[in-house]
Amino acid sequence: MSEPSTPSTGLSGSKTEDTLHPGTEPPDSLTGELRRRVLSINLAVTLLAFVLALAIGAVLIAASAPSVIESLGYFFARPFDTFAAVFNSVYSAYSALFQGALLDVNELREGDVSAAFYPLSETFTVSAPLILAGLAVAIPFRAGLFNIGAQGQMAFAAIGGGLVGFGLSLPAGVHLLASLAAAMVFGALWAGLVGLLKAKTGAHEVITTIMLNYIAIYLLGWVLNQDWFQREGRNDPISPILNESATFPLIFGGGLRIHFGILFSIGAVIVVWWMMTKTTTGFRIQTVGANAAAARTAGMNVGRIWIVAMLWAGAMAGLAVSMNVNGTDKVVTAGIVGNIGFDAITVALLGRGSPFGVLAAGLLIGGLRAGGLAMQASTGTPIDIVLVLQALIVLFIAAPALVRAVFRLRGKTADSLTIAKGWGS
Amino acid sequence: MSVYKLTYLEVRVRKSLGVLAGIGAVSLVLAACGSTPDDGGATTAAPSPTDTTAAPSPVLPPVKACMISDAGGFDDRSFNETAFLGLEAAKAEYGIETLALESGSDADYQPNINQAIQQDCSLVITVGFLLGDATEAAATANPSVDFSIVDYAYEAPPENLQGLVYATEQSSFVAGYLAAGMTETGTVGTYGGIPIPSVTSFMSGFYQGVQYYNEAKGTDVDVLGWDPTDPEKGTYAGGFDDQNQGKQIAKNFIQQGADIIFPVAGPVGLGSAAEAQANDGVSIIWVDTDGCISASQYCDVFLTSVMKGIDASVKASIGAVVDGTFSNELYVGTLANGGTKIAPYNEFDAAVPAELKAEVEQVTADIVSGTITVTP
Repeated sequence: MSEPSTPSTGLSGSKTEDTLHPGTEPPDSLTGELRRRVLSINLAVTLLAFVLALAIGAVLIAASAPSVIESLGYFFARPFDTFAAVFNSVYSAYSALFQGALLDVNELREGDVSAAFYPLSETFTVSAPLILAGLAVAIPFRAGLFNIGAQGQMAFAAIGGGLVGFGLSLPAGVHLLASLAAAMVFGALWAGLVGLLKAKTGAHEVITTIMLNYIAIYLLGWVLNQDWFQREGRNDPISPILNESATFPLIFGGGLRIHFGILFSIGAVIVVWWMMTKTTTGFRIQTVGANAAAARTAGMNVGRIWIVAMLWAGAMAGLAVSMNVNGTDKVVTAGIVGNIGFDAITVALLGRGSPFGVLAAGLLIGGLRAGGLAMQASTGTPIDIVLVLQALIVLFIAAPALVRAVFRLRGKTADSLTIAKGWGS
Repeated sequence: MSVYKLTYLEVRVRKSLGVLAGIGAVSLVLAACGSTPDDGGATTAAPSPTDTTAAPSPVLPPVKACMISDAGGFDDRSFNETAFLGLEAAKAEYGIETLALESGSDADYQPNINQAIQQDCSLVITVGFLLGDATEAAATANPSVDFSIVDYAYEAPPENLQGLVYATEQSSFVAGYLAAGMTETGTVGTYGGIPIPSVTSFMSGFYQGVQYYNEAKGTDVDVLGWDPTDPEKGTYAGGFDDQNQGKQIAKNFIQQGADIIFPVAGPVGLGSAAEAQANDGVSIIWVDTDGCISASQYCDVFLTSVMKGIDASVKASIGAVVDGTFSNELYVGTLANGGTKIAPYNEFDAAVPAELKAEVEQVTADIVSGTITVTP
């Protein structure tokens, strides 16, 4: 650890000073700036960003609906047809989206309770890994680190969790916990490496996490083709099925996929909230995030706190992938992580870096995902619309001035012009 | 093969482009102002929240075929897209209702299958081995729904689950015969992505086709890149995405005198096609799809293509449900049922002698009739 002999003020941190003391990050660096902006966004902007995204999504839904395209063909003869088609396509798509995320009203009317609650079960099932991966981004965020590496941390953790899950035979319950612990340790190691590199060499965590993503994903691909990891009799990259003792039991069963992993993710939110607000570790993480130079002046070992924050992040990422490995899929494949590690960034930004914010944001994005599949099935609207909605939400949150301008809110518009000022300058 | 995955960003960009294309379509339609439909407001005011593919006829056939893509999506220019074409062809021929559900990631497979079942699909077709586990579990849990899966074979499938696989060694045999007849140098070459059965069956069939020609004509055409005693000893690119590998392998083959190359490695073969374009007199036999359609920029070097008839198999599977003859018996695409075949000669049509064309027809017929047996 390269503690500077004379504490830098950080505020005037010049290039040379940064090179000499890699741990000293000026507060207006990319990550610091993003952190400050995201934490300063209020709930109104978040909600309005969602509304705005839905409005633009509506335009896209209408534009891709066959009925609208057809009626536009004779727009000037009967313009009302087009308006009706637009309304119908948007209304049916969004009502399918929300019903697909919450409650199937038709099934409820018919008295099929299990089918009626299928959407809610899906929302929780899809949200569980998103919430945990969101925590994996949010914790380092609080320490002033931008963790783009949840994807890689999850991929690496899947190897550990999977090995214990299908390789060992332990009593039920113990086996599940052992598999989860292995995933958390693997994830923490992969993320801790990023903290270590940052603390020791000053390597920017955005670069190292992205690069480690590639390494972990290809490592997982390689492992899946090794005899000791590949399922017997298969020549495609797939692991053996996990022993039942290592899987999350279903809560209700009967076609509902919701499993006890969701309780782990809610539990993790509470633990992280407790850690961030009630422990010295949390206090240190927040202090370093707020002003690393001041934290150092106050005698904190900034590099060590970065490592600790990344270890927590990796453990959460490990638990996140376990929702798939030990929950829904019960197997490790090359695509086991999906896009969750990247969606986690959305979740963390939307949740403004706070554990309960992440919980809410995870449920929202999970709901959109679950509802998106129902919308595709019942109205033929492409699921890509959901990805567009998600991207728009992030866009508007990253540009609060835009949202304020659209809704004519009072705000510090001059303050919100640019986020990226370049790398640490 | 779906071994080569697009990166996250590429997928996002491609998908966004798709949506933009939708907007483009609207402006196109705007430009070409059509006339109002004759049947009044029927098309406009009737919202169809449950079904966008409603057939115009009032009486709907009972069969509803639903397809679920893997994470590559239906616009992957590969097997998802080919399978989707099969679904469309079946819809046109049998007049059935269809539903196509795209998966954005592996996590979407189970929920998409559940959605298909909730939408009362009578046949659910899943595309690719990635859906193998999810499809089997769903078939077991829903015995009243039929399932079929592209490119996957189960050892003991449930009664309502059919695997669809392809005897590509048969069509590769024909391609090998053609290559042996067309080579000027007396040397041809083949290589694969990785040594797995779905790859080596092409290479093995190709080799057998050349040997058959040699026996029939008393020639001594040499095959580079394949060892009949040990598939592992053949030439492999080590994966399915590095086009430079394909270029390098082609270069080596050409130096060793080969003038016809058969790459069995997906996009890796594009590197070989580029190398063939740079060398006079070298041609390529493309794999999986008709190269002149899927990679038309290299059409001038594609002698022919060995096609995997995924679309034909999907259509056959749907047809079996329509006829009521659906069973869990493995569908094997052969030359006989059109589940695998060689593409037209395209730009080489004039270059292939009529006599050789007739012999190729004869070899095809002999394989169909069983006179010639090809081993995978």
